Amino acid sequence: MEIEPLWCATDLEKINWLEGATFVRPLFKMYQPTPNIPEQSLPNGLPPNLDTSKQNIIPHDKAHYQFNGVHSAHSSRSSSPLVRLGHIPTSQLPPARSIPSSQLPPSRSPITTATQKMAGLSVGHSMQSVNPKFSTSTPNLQSPVSFGPNSAFSPISSAMPKPKSSTELEDTAVTNSRTADITKPQQTGNHQQAFPTNSIPNQQQPVPSGSLLTRPNQQQSVNLPSSSNQPFQHNLPQQQPQLRPVAQNVPQQQPFSNQFNPPQSMPGPQLPQQQRPPAQSQAPPVAIPPFPVRGHPTNHKLHSTKTIDRHITFQVCRVLTHPPQTVSSVQGFNGPVQNLQGMPMPATNQTGPPQATYQPQASPVNGQKANLHSNRYPVQQTGSPPSQPFPQQQQSGGPLPQQPYQQAAYSSQPQSQYLASQQAPYGPQQGYQNQYQGVTEAGFNKYWGTETIDLLQTPNVLPPRKVEAPRIYLGQEVLDQANCSTDIFRCTMTKIPENNSLLQKSRLPLGVLIHPFRDLSHLPVIQCNVIVRCRACRTYINPFVFFADSKRWKCNLCYRINELPEEFQYDPVSKTYGDPSRRPEIKASTIEYIAPAEYMLRPPQPAVYLYLMDVSRLAVESGYLHSVCNLLLEELKTLPGDTRTQIGFVTYDSALHFYGLAEGQSQPHEMTVLDIDDVFLPTPDNLLVNLKDRMELVMELLSQLPNRYNNSFDNNSALGAALQVAYKMMGPTGGRVTVFQASLPNVGPGGADGERGRLAEDYSGGDASQSRKRLLQKYYNTKCKSQLVFEHGRSIDATSPPFLTPSMTPRKVSLALECSGQQIAVDLFIVNSTYVDIATISGISRFSGGSVHHFPLYKSSKALSRDNFEKCLRRYLTRKIGFEAVMRIRCTRGLSIHTFHGNFFVRSTDLLSLPNINPDAGFGMQVAIEESLSDVKSVCFQAALLYTSSKGERRIRVHTVCLPIASTLHDVIHSADQQCIIGLLSKMAVDRSMQSSLSDAREAFINVAIDILSSYKITLNLGTSTSGLLAPSCLKLLPLYISALLKYAAFRTGPSTRLDDRVKAMVDMKTKPLYLLIQQIYPDMYPVHNLESQEVILNSEEEPVPLPPRLQLSARCLENKGAFLMDVGDQMIILVCPNVPQEFLMEALGVPSYDDISEQMYEIPVLSNLRNQRLHQFVNYLNEDKPYAASVQVIRDNSPNRVLFLERLIEDRVENALSYHEFLQHLKTQVK
Amino acid sequence: MAFNFPAFSYIIALIVDAFLIFFSLFHVIAFDELKTDYKNPIDQCNSLNPVISTSEYILHLFFNILFAASGEWFSLCLNIPLIAYHINRYRTRPVMSGYGIYDPTSIMNADVLTRCQREGWIKLAFYLLSFFYYLYGYVIALERDRIEHT
Repeated sequence: MEIEPLWCATDLEKINWLEGATFVRPLFKMYQPTPNIPEQSLPNGLPPNLDTSKQNIIPHDKAHYQFNGVHSAHSSRSSSPLVRLGHIPTSQLPPARSIPSSQLPPSRSPITTATQKMAGLSVGHSMQSVNPKFSTSTPNLQSPVSFGPNSAFSPISSAMPKPKSSTELEDTAVTNSRTADITKPQQTGNHQQAFPTNSIPNQQQPVPSGSLLTRPNQQQSVNLPSSSNQPFQHNLPQQQPQLRPVAQNVPQQQPFSNQFNPPQSMPGPQLPQQQRPPAQSQAPPVAIPPFPVRGHPTNHKLHSTKTIDRHITFQVCRVLTHPPQTVSSVQGFNGPVQNLQGMPMPATNQTGPPQATYQPQASPVNGQKANLHSNRYPVQQTGSPPSQPFPQQQQSGGPLPQQPYQQAAYSSQPQSQYLASQQAPYGPQQGYQNQYQGVTEAGFNKYWGTETIDLLQTPNVLPPRKVEAPRIYLGQEVLDQANCSTDIFRCTMTKIPENNSLLQKSRLPLGVLIHPFRDLSHLPVIQCNVIVRCRACRTYINPFVFFADSKRWKCNLCYRINELPEEFQYDPVSKTYGDPSRRPEIKASTIEYIAPAEYMLRPPQPAVYLYLMDVSRLAVESGYLHSVCNLLLEELKTLPGDTRTQIGFVTYDSALHFYGLAEGQSQPHEMTVLDIDDVFLPTPDNLLVNLKDRMELVMELLSQLPNRYNNSFDNNSALGAALQVAYKMMGPTGGRVTVFQASLPNVGPGGADGERGRLAEDYSGGDASQSRKRLLQKYYNTKCKSQLVFEHGRSIDATSPPFLTPSMTPRKVSLALECSGQQIAVDLFIVNSTYVDIATISGISRFSGGSVHHFPLYKSSKALSRDNFEKCLRRYLTRKIGFEAVMRIRCTRGLSIHTFHGNFFVRSTDLLSLPNINPDAGFGMQVAIEESLSDVKSVCFQAALLYTSSKGERRIRVHTVCLPIASTLHDVIHSADQQCIIGLLSKMAVDRSMQSSLSDAREAFINVAIDILSSYKITLNLGTSTSGLLAPSCLKLLPLYISALLKYAAFRTGPSTRLDDRVKAMVDMKTKPLYLLIQQIYPDMYPVHNLESQEVILNSEEEPVPLPPRLQLSARCLENKGAFLMDVGDQMIILVCPNVPQEFLMEALGVPSYDDISEQMYEIPVLSNLRNQRLHQFVNYLNEDKPYAASVQVIRDNSPNRVLFLERLIEDRVENALSYHEFLQHLKTQVK
Repeated sequence: MAFNFPAFSYIIALIVDAFLIFFSLFHVIAFDELKTDYKNPIDQCNSLNPVISTSEYILHLFFNILFAASGEWFSLCLNIPLIAYHINRYRTRPVMSGYGIYDPTSIMNADVLTRCQREGWIKLAFYLLSFFYYLYGYVIALERDRIEHT
């Protein structure tokens, strides 16, 4: 008896009743035994595989009893079933009811006494009270009327045509109720007893036998909705694994526990619509779960009962139909046999006999359900194969590290984001959940832990690895793979709520973040005569379109049917004609077209680079010119461009200096224009010259420039004039202007308001005297009166909006816009040591699609800042660039994009004008739901970026992302993408702080956290009994990130932030791609003192890379004998604590002792030992994703620089800001 | 039949209101053009800003001052909400350094766009209605005057 040991185990477990673990296991066992049942009936020919186990098996009755016992015990679940007798939910009833008292199990040898008891108890109890309770507990399903025997039977046939109809639901319910009344033969009893597991096989049985007509139909119809339901499919795998013994237990449990969430306020009717027809039912288990889905009671608690009922119904049906058969015919036996087959092997076989029989019947139904997408998804979408979920779970964050906190451990596991979001709320398992929920609140709150995280109890909420973007599940493997990478296109939710009110209920922001020009290693490029686009909305063909037939396709954005050009049948890869779906356009959602001539308004422009350099006194002192010129000299040949590339230089202080690089000259010819109020070009040509032709002259100039102004003492900087000149020079072609600015622009047109500058400086310094303050106030009142919202209405500091908003003259704005119109982008490198009013001068970049780089307190004598500057500049000079670009974002009808974030000019409602596009620019868009989306299955966003490459080719890069629709609040909340939400929120907050005030923005952050957590709490429907701050796993980091944001330079309060830094941080929020942004908001910290003993993975070059776990940014994670690396994005700081092992110092850092770590240790020496190698590998690994390698700084714990590190431990309490824990406490008081 | 001051202010209001109706029509059309991608937002703002902020606001304010001077309090009260709205609108215009209340850089945001368009329609309706009211007010003022004289 192989089974017995298992049994024992379960019993024990039950006794100890541990969390979800035990819960799952019983199921698992149940599956195993079931195969045995048929063996009794073997005569008619069991499948061979089953036979093998025959001999060992307990007689089938016995087996069932055991299961029964176990099962019932299991369902009653808590340690003492007695306690609950009074209010046992119907969930428990089914098994009990059906069991004839004679069958009650007491004496099974394998069963431990405990189990037996439990089984007995539950059964007995249920028997007594079954009927009344049943009906009452599931009021909506079963109307008393339906109880009649007739109804139970008749409805079945009627159900067939209209699977979704509510009547059907009732029918099933009815039958269920019937079951109690009917006296069953042994078989029935067994089935019902075993119910959760058994029911599954039962359903399948009837199908194969032709004689069973009515019953099977019903089953199928019932199945339809749920099986088609995507979420459900995910469940599938989970369930299946249970069959497989040990190793996967943990993962299995996770899914299970997840489901404990009651689906919130499910609109019952809607569900069926969305579900896909399960034409091709996959694994047998899939078919099972559907039942629960069907009748959604609005009330969650009722759910459980219903699901159960369904199961019961099927059982009953089977029973009813079968008995005669079993007696008279072989078929009767067949059923059970097939069950056996299906049950044991569900995980592996998708073609089990029961299934095969299913399919034909199911498919007709599909036709009925066809909707918009029907042609595209005619079939039930294949659920992710059973094996898939597991690996993903593991990816998404190992459960292990969090184990110390019990709840956390569970919650973290199940909550691997994908699972949480993807689970079918209605899967069969959920049914169980609901049961439990219904059962009793006490004891089950524990269960919630598996789904929900109590943040207050979970200090280490970070996953040990990178936070992975949640995957989008469309239900079809092919589509999932084709979907756009989350690095490029990311939505704040992986499922879009079906209407606006649902979105409002969830309180989540809806939007997308795009990183359109990201460097890609693999990008299909297509050159064709005709680019296939929708004729109505101009959408590019993409993997998510529907093919009506081989000649026509239906746009997935506007649903127009378009013709497919002949050419599209041709597959460039295999060079054959045929199926259009083989085209790369259909296979990949990120694709690049080489545009034909009609996409050009003018011939593609050459790459034109103009460098404007500030040569005022401050600029010369900072010494940036040396770095810039040296780097340019090195990189001149690698500047992206072709033979037409042009380059030019202008320097400016209180005058403009032009450099004529005329042919034939040996020296660059400098021309100075003193009139900066009305600028003009001294010569018409030779200012911008062809780089290839004049390489020598340019190099000559670059070698002269750094020292040319060494003796200048001009304090003025005429940036405005320089920009105007640049505009004049580049107007005809367009191109890129790079500005190096070191001092406050104060003369000439558009010169910053000097007074404002001085005042702001005073303020950011924080030492303004009282009188000064008054003056400042007066200044505000006179100059910026509109937006005068001081913090708290009283005190003013540099954070009030007047300083955050650009003080742009109309002239300057219009210059930015004119630049944009002439395809000129202005990139700023600010290497200031004093206030330069970034708020104002960044405006020129903001509207021209440029980028802003800021190096505060830059001095070229400081190795660190110079290193950082040079790395950044080198990346800047050599990175890809696209000229005269426009980006258009389209989305499915019913959605609209309403607010754009990033550096660009919005030229039309969906058209962004980007004079330049670079690989490090990210964009954000807020999305509104204007119409109900309940009649579609998925929505798409498509971003098409049309640009001229540096080689003079016109190209279109198209990204398409497709997202499924969610119809329940539960689904919506569990599909949240916390990082993306943070990305979008931060962008919105920047706008808010510009428009009203910083404190408003801060409040908004907190409110968002409160709202989301509150709505989640409502979803849980826990009432008031819960304590703690509950968050779904997919949002568990949200409060952490928000508390980090509140301490981030852009949004923190207090005088310690320089105004320029704050504004730059805000610009970053708007323009950085998400992965960099998150790292800035919440830097990664790793222990590096024991890298050699850490787990190792292989990187792309097959080198081993150690992977230390991420640490929370809190001092409690630091150890006295460790070394810790903090990765802030463009900078890495290694803090070495005093008691770090000597070997680490010697081998990894190459210093003899702790005190020998110098204050300026900016690199890690390369040594040939393991520790050092590992450290380098690790640092390189971290650098892989960054646009340019971060600078490294090693800091002793007692050096003055340690502040750099410690100030980023943002979970701890700092001056006038709450610690993370306090923040949570605050949230808790607010969450209702 | 003497031509008294209230009647004068009404006839002026009548004429000015006709202009305002045209302005708001222009406004509505302009935003429709924007929405349908027919015009460049920069150009559109350049043409809209002087019309709306300088002309419309000033004209509207102007005949209300006349109303105040002639003691037509009821007519003034009818217009006070709109005056307040205009003042507020001007006070919080996006580009503080210029006089224009439309900022080409933000105007294409869908919410701004729809708000502006709705504003245009509402104003159009308001001006139309008040046009007839001014006409009525003008006649009444004349009548009153005639009755007093007779």
